[in-house]
Order: sequence, then C-alpha cells, then structure tokens
Amino acid sequence: MMRPGLLLPEMLLAGGALTALIGGSFTPRRRQWIIRGLTVAVLLAVIVTASLQLARPATTAFNDSFTVDTATGVARVLAAAGALLILAIAADEIAGTARESETYALLLFATAGAVLLAGATDLLVLAVGFLLASIPLYALIGLAMSAASAEASVKTYLLGALFGILLLLGVSILSGLTGTTGYTQLADRMPEAPQAAVTLAAVAAIAGLLFKAGAVPAHFWIPDAAQGSTALAATFVTTVPKIGALIAVYRFVVMLPDPTPWPVMLAAVATASMTLGNLAAYWQADPRRLLGWSTVSQVGFLLVPVVAAGRSDLALPSLLVYLTGYVVTNIAAFAATAALPAGRDLAHWRGVAGQRPWLAAALLVALLGLVGTPPTAVFVGKLTTATAAWDGGYAWLAVVVFMNTLASLFYYLRWIMPTYREPAPTPPGSDHPPADDRAGRRWSARLAVTAAALSLAAGVVAGPLWDVAASP
Amino acid sequence: MLSVIVFLPLAAAVALVAVPRVGDTAARALWVAVAAVDLALIAILWARYDSPAAGELAYEERVAWIPGVNSSYHVGVDGLSLPLVAMTAVIFLACAMYALREQHRPRAQAALFLFLQSVSLGLFVAADLILFFVFFDLSIVGMFFVIAGWGHGDRRHSALKFFLYTFLGSLALLVGFIGFYVAADPHTFDMLDLTAAPPLAGRPLLGGLVLAAILLGLAVKTPTVPFHTWLPPAHTDAPAVGSAVLAGVLLKMGTYGFVRIAMPMLPTAWRAWAWVIITVGVVSVIYGALVALAQSNLKRMVAYTSVNHMGYIVLAVGVAGLTAGTAQTRSVAVTGAVTQMVSHGLITAALFLLAGVLRNRAGTYDMREYGGLAAPAPAFATLFAVGAFASLGLPAFSGFIAEFQIFTGSVAAAPVSAIALLGILVTAALFLRALQRVFTGETRGQSVGFTDLRASERWSVGPLLLLSLLIGILPRPLLAVIEPAAHTVVDLVGR
Repeated sequence: MMRPGLLLPEMLLAGGALTALIGGSFTPRRRQWIIRGLTVAVLLAVIVTASLQLARPATTAFNDSFTVDTATGVARVLAAAGALLILAIAADEIAGTARESETYALLLFATAGAVLLAGATDLLVLAVGFLLASIPLYALIGLAMSAASAEASVKTYLLGALFGILLLLGVSILSGLTGTTGYTQLADRMPEAPQAAVTLAAVAAIAGLLFKAGAVPAHFWIPDAAQGSTALAATFVTTVPKIGALIAVYRFVVMLPDPTPWPVMLAAVATASMTLGNLAAYWQADPRRLLGWSTVSQVGFLLVPVVAAGRSDLALPSLLVYLTGYVVTNIAAFAATAALPAGRDLAHWRGVAGQRPWLAAALLVALLGLVGTPPTAVFVGKLTTATAAWDGGYAWLAVVVFMNTLASLFYYLRWIMPTYREPAPTPPGSDHPPADDRAGRRWSARLAVTAAALSLAAGVVAGPLWDVAASP
Repeated sequence: MLSVIVFLPLAAAVALVAVPRVGDTAARALWVAVAAVDLALIAILWARYDSPAAGELAYEERVAWIPGVNSSYHVGVDGLSLPLVAMTAVIFLACAMYALREQHRPRAQAALFLFLQSVSLGLFVAADLILFFVFFDLSIVGMFFVIAGWGHGDRRHSALKFFLYTFLGSLALLVGFIGFYVAADPHTFDMLDLTAAPPLAGRPLLGGLVLAAILLGLAVKTPTVPFHTWLPPAHTDAPAVGSAVLAGVLLKMGTYGFVRIAMPMLPTAWRAWAWVIITVGVVSVIYGALVALAQSNLKRMVAYTSVNHMGYIVLAVGVAGLTAGTAQTRSVAVTGAVTQMVSHGLITAALFLLAGVLRNRAGTYDMREYGGLAAPAPAFATLFAVGAFASLGLPAFSGFIAEFQIFTGSVAAAPVSAIALLGILVTAALFLRALQRVFTGETRGQSVGFTDLRASERWSVGPLLLLSLLIGILPRPLLAVIEPAAHTVVDLVGR
C-alpha cells in the first residue's frame, strides 16, 4: 500500500528545503531571518508529527519500501531536534551572510536524507537516501570558503563518490541475484543465492553506509570537515547523518542470511574505529579536529550494538539510547567550540573557566559525557550497548569498549585541564587573544549549556527514554 | 530520609555554584553548617537503627531508574554501610572545619567537597550496581578537580595519573557488573537480588573472570600492591583536606566493595581465590610498611601506611573465604575489617590534616627540615603523637580493636597470616622514628617560629582522634552494629 501520509515528516523536510531555497532568493539579505524562522517552524512540525506517529504501531509505506516504526520515529525526532539545536550556531555564525538561506535549504535536505536512510527497507530507497544525505554535505562543508574548507569538501566528495559507487554496486548485485529490492523479499531469497556474491554485495553496501557514519575505513573526511568547515557544518556533519547511517546499517544487517559473517566484520570495524579514532585524537591541538577524531571513535561505540543485532533484545533500544545521548552531547561539545571562535588551539582555552564559568561547565559535562561518565546519557548508552554486546555473545567487544573508554579519557582531559587552570599572565605583545575577544558568541554558548543540560537530563531520566526506544 | 542525607550536600553545592553572590565567608560557613546538619541526621538515623534481617536493608528506598535493564535507584543501610556513612559525615565535617581558613577559591572548594560528600554517602548506601558505579566514577571526577585545583607541587601530573589509574579500575568494575547482569536470570543489576541468588555459582571459568575484573577494580581503588602506585603522588600533591577525604573515605570504597559486592555475589569464586587475596593482603601489609619506613617526606609516609592498613582489611576478607577455621573466627575477621575501615578513616584523616599544617606553616613535608617541634607547637605535637599511636595500633584506640580482631580471626583460620604481624612492628618503628625526628631534640630548621594549631585546626583534628579513642575504649555500640552484618557476609561466602 502507498499510505503517503506516513511520510509527512519527510515531505515537510523536503518541502521546507525547497521553500527555503526559492524563498531565500526573493528575500533581501537583511530579512533572511524569515527563512530561519521558516526552517525552525519546519523542524518543529517534523518533531511534532514524528512524535505523534511514534505513539502508533509500526507500519510500512509505499509497498514496504519505507518502514515507520520506533527506530524511524526516534531517528526523525533526533535528526530534526539535532538540526534545530544546531540552528542556534547559525544565528551567531551565518546570520546576514550571503549564503544564509541556501545553508538552511542544505541542512533540511541533508536531514531529509538522513531520515530516509533510517527508514529505508528497500535498496533503492536506501540509495536515494544515501545520495540525498551526501550531496548537501559536500556543499555545506565547502561553505566556509577557505582553503581548508575547500580541501575538506573535495576530500568528502571524492570519498563520497567512491563509497557511493560501492553502495550502488552492492545494491545492483543484490537486486540482480534476487530479482527484488525490498528487504522482506530479499531476506527470503538471499539464502538461495550464491553465498560469496551475497557476502561481497553486503560488504560493498555496508561500506557505503560506513562512509555516511564516518567509521573506519571511510572516516578520512571527518576530521578535515570538522576542522576546515564552519562550526555549523562541522556540528551537523558529525551528528545528524550518523543517525540515519547507523540505523540503516542495523536494518540492513538484520535481514542478511545467517552464513554471512557480518557480525565479526562489524565488530572488527567497530574496534578499528574506536581505537584509531582515539589514537589519532591524542595529540591534536585544534579542539575541533580533536572532536572530529572523537566522533570517529564514537561511531565505533555506536556500531557495538549493531553487532549484537538479532542476538540480544537490548541491541536496538541501546543503539537508539546511545544515539540520543551522542547527538546532544556532541552538539554541546561542538557548540562550545563555536562559542569561542578564538579557541582554535587547546592552549587558548586556558583560564576560560574563570571568565566564562557556564561555558566551561557545559564543556566539562560534554567532554566527560563523551567519555561516558555517569550520569550523562552517553553513560547509559555505553553501559547498555556493552551489555547488549556481551548478551549477544561478544563479551570481548564489551571489554574493548571499556578499554577504549579509558584511552579516550586522556585527550578529553587534555582539553579540560587548561580550561580549569588559572588564566596565563599575558605579557604585552603576545599572540594570546585579548580578554574582550573571549566575549564570544552568545547563541552558541547558550546552545552549549542547553545541550549539556539535556545530556545530563537524558541520563538521569533514562528510564522513560529507554521505554520509548524499546517500544515495539 | 536516606535520600535527604545523601542529596542535602549536593543541593547545597548546586546552590553555591548557582548563586554567585554568596561571599567567601558565607560559603565556608554554609559548608560547615550543611556538613553538621548531615551528621546530625545520620546520628538520628543511627539512633533509630535496628539491624535488618539477612538479605534486607534498613531505611530502604527504591525508585525505578532504567527499568529496561532492571536498574533502579535503590538505597538502604545495614551494619556494613552505616558505620561508613557515619564516618564519611564525620570526616567531611572535620574537613569543613579545617578549611575555614582556606584562602584559595573557598566557594568553589566548598561546592566541590559538598558534591564529593553526596557522592561518597551515595556510594555507601547504594543497593544497585549501576548506582554504585555512578557514585564510584563521580568520586574520581570530584577528587581529580580537588587535586588539580587546590593541590601543590606537580599537581596536574598527579591528578592526571590518579584519574587515569582509578578510571581504569572503575571500568574494570563495570565490566564485572555487566558480567553479573548477563549471567543473572532474570537479568538485573540489583544487589539484593544478586546476593540472594549468586548468578555465576555454577560457572567457575566465567565466575573467575568476573571476579578478576571486580578485584582489579577494587584493588586499584583500595589500593593494594601492585596497583598502589597512583596513591603516593596523589597524596603528596593533594591539599590536606583532599588527602583526608581521599584516604579516609575514597579508599574505603574499594574495601567496602569487597564485603558488599565481591564476597556475597561471587562466593564460589571468592573461596577459590581466597589464597590469592590473602597473599595480596599480606604483601600489601609488609610492603606498605617497609616503604613507609624509607620515606623522609611525612605525608608520603602516611600515604604508604595507608597501603599497609588497607592490607589488613584485604587479609581479613581473604580469610573469610577459607574453609578452615570456624564461621565464628571468620566472622571476627570480617568484623575487624569493617572496624578497620572506620578506624583507618578517622585516624588517617587526622594525620593528613596535621601534615597539612606542616606545609601550611613551613612549606615542606620533609622530616629532615624539622626538629624539636614539640617546644614551639605543643598542641600540634600532642595531637600528632596521639594520631601516630592510634595508627600503630596502641590499645585503647580504635586501630587496636580492629587489628586485634583481624589477627584473631586470620591467624585462627590461616596461621601463616601471622607474618603480617611484622607490619605492625614496622609501623610502630616508623611512627616512633617520625615522632623522634620531628618533635624531639633541639628546636631547629623550620621548627623555629612554628605557629601552633589554630582553633579551627584543633576542632577539626581533635574530634577525629577523640572518636578513635572512644571506639577504642567503648567499642560495643559500633561492634553491635557491625557484627550481625559481618556474620551474614561470612554465611553468604560459605554457601
């Protein structure tokens, strides 16, 4: 059945993006805030409609090619809420600039792509979602108009093209082998297809999705994008697309036939992402790049419950809970960097706690949250994902999770420690930023505090959150 | 009631942070007031306390937290936790008094210590593994900021080492907790349920691995040899009040974990590993004492005696896992272990606060810089001597009660553990030598012009030592609370 009404949130996002794009062309630059208001309204509408649908039983639309269930519902709310929060950075960073409304259009398109990815239960919808989530990112990353951002954009584009082709290759082989693209029929027919070809196709398709998630081996664009692009784009590309990509991987692997060695493969990818992301983050001087690498390791943690998919009842709820915690906590950390544009070196953060205690407290909560310190939401996520892995027969992966957690603590502390030191005495003529430069951007600071508070709150009231994520 | 006690300090801490207009004097006063009120509430709690039946807790409270994984906000006290809760409140009040003269960011310090007090109390009353872990981890975060923010010397390095090392321990602990959860049927993190039906009884390999993870976690925190290397630098560079809380309260979290979690929930594995634990305990006793003997830095010396004193506790809980001896003797050993936790908390906190006075006046802990200090600072000398004698286990002090019971129980069950008596001998020697070096003889070096204890310092250290003396003379009220619980633990291990 068609049931187009079920896709109301996606339609709102796409429609909103088109309106922002066209409307922006006819709006004078000083009135671009109208488009921002429109974007906010669209995202709020998406959150409301998605929440309403979340309360209803799971169903499918367009002949089973798009599933509307708890995972899709949570992905919609998270993606829209994440994009909404990130708009606060836009208010500081790009308000009144030449590319303001185009940026909103790109954000909405990419959000729509992420949500499509999350709900896709058909290979063709998956491919469309991938493209819709990827192409706006190339432009978003390049928007900073600097050499670094151009380089990041080209890198993302090349990697995206490569892994996009892999995804399409996997999709073509699977549909050629089985004569169908819907997941339900695929699951029925794949066991009869040649095993080697199915495995090869599955690996190619998963690799494509790993690019979107920013996991090893398709992670090279993440640190560059985090460092080179605007704070807005950096926050967005490290947060929202991952929601869609990880749920898409989950949906894809649960329908694979048993002999496919995907759990071992994903466990290896998860381990590699966690470890490499952590090791690479160790000696970064630029906080934005450090966070970029930290998101690579976070994706490793997020892949852990996917390994247990189908083997533990905790797998999907723990993935959704971790995603929720990750989205708010990561946004808080990036917003803190956006609030202090001069702090592009860890040394510049010295003494920030004395001058801007709230910002420093938000940063502290965000970074310790990313480590997985209780009672933040990421702690609940890490606890439950590790439990899911052990429950699913991967006890060693749970141990790897905590060893990497320990390893990650060090580089987050490298950032926290100067923040809470007394400010350095500034000799005249030094290149330290003068004190008034630290006044920084208000909206980003507010966002950092809000998101950090959300991350704490989501951990403290994890019970209801879990109930939503675990509802059938 | 219990939740009020736990979260009252946290509420005060939040108020201190959120209301920036509170002046420094008001912040210090508020800290003392809140710590005093909390102690008063605990006194009421103790007065109305009746030992709960085995497998139950008094003043129990339970609210669902993450029902999906059967984790709840579940708190309660019994004979193992109530003495530690009271000791925690006493030590924090003493620290609040001591810090009345603090000049460096007193408002932030008060907030941080109130936060730590909530966390410590929460840990001792937690009856859910995840809740326990939450407080365990937050105690590390809090102490990291105490050392990094108010310490001296190479404080940032020491704080970092402390954080990384103990965080390793806490994560090992979490791995063990997840092992419990996965093995339990139905899956749960609730301590009472896990104690009632130990999940890994029939699986020696997995049980051994889970116990190894939990022992690693607790051994780092306690600390025992060979996981103690974070302790001396952390203590040396921490502020006096930080050291007092670290040694007095935070170390007990490790030993409390043995009697609360490891022994009742993994009885089979505990018995299988008992000799390993006893060995670690004896080695800690001897090694801690010998290294302490070699120190010329007074604070480092006290820090190493902590390793020694924690060793007695590890020895006693290890003996509880032996099948030799009667349940009666093993129960005596465990009672001694819990008494030692309280006793060591009070005495070591006092000694660290006194060591802080040395640094405050003369800027050094080096015993070679002092001499004949008893003449200019008689009150300081008296209190330090009392603390030193209490620490070496002189009769009439709480340390004697504790160590006497530990050795009665241990030697009866495992005669070889008498080697650990050497530790007492060495401790006695090192304290007497320290007293002689610093206080006797001709007044020289930094001792010249040394200001004696001020009122706030006397009123913080004095009550701690007085309590130790009181327990030493009248141990009955304390032992009456501990004994039933210790008996239960021994029964649980013997299953």
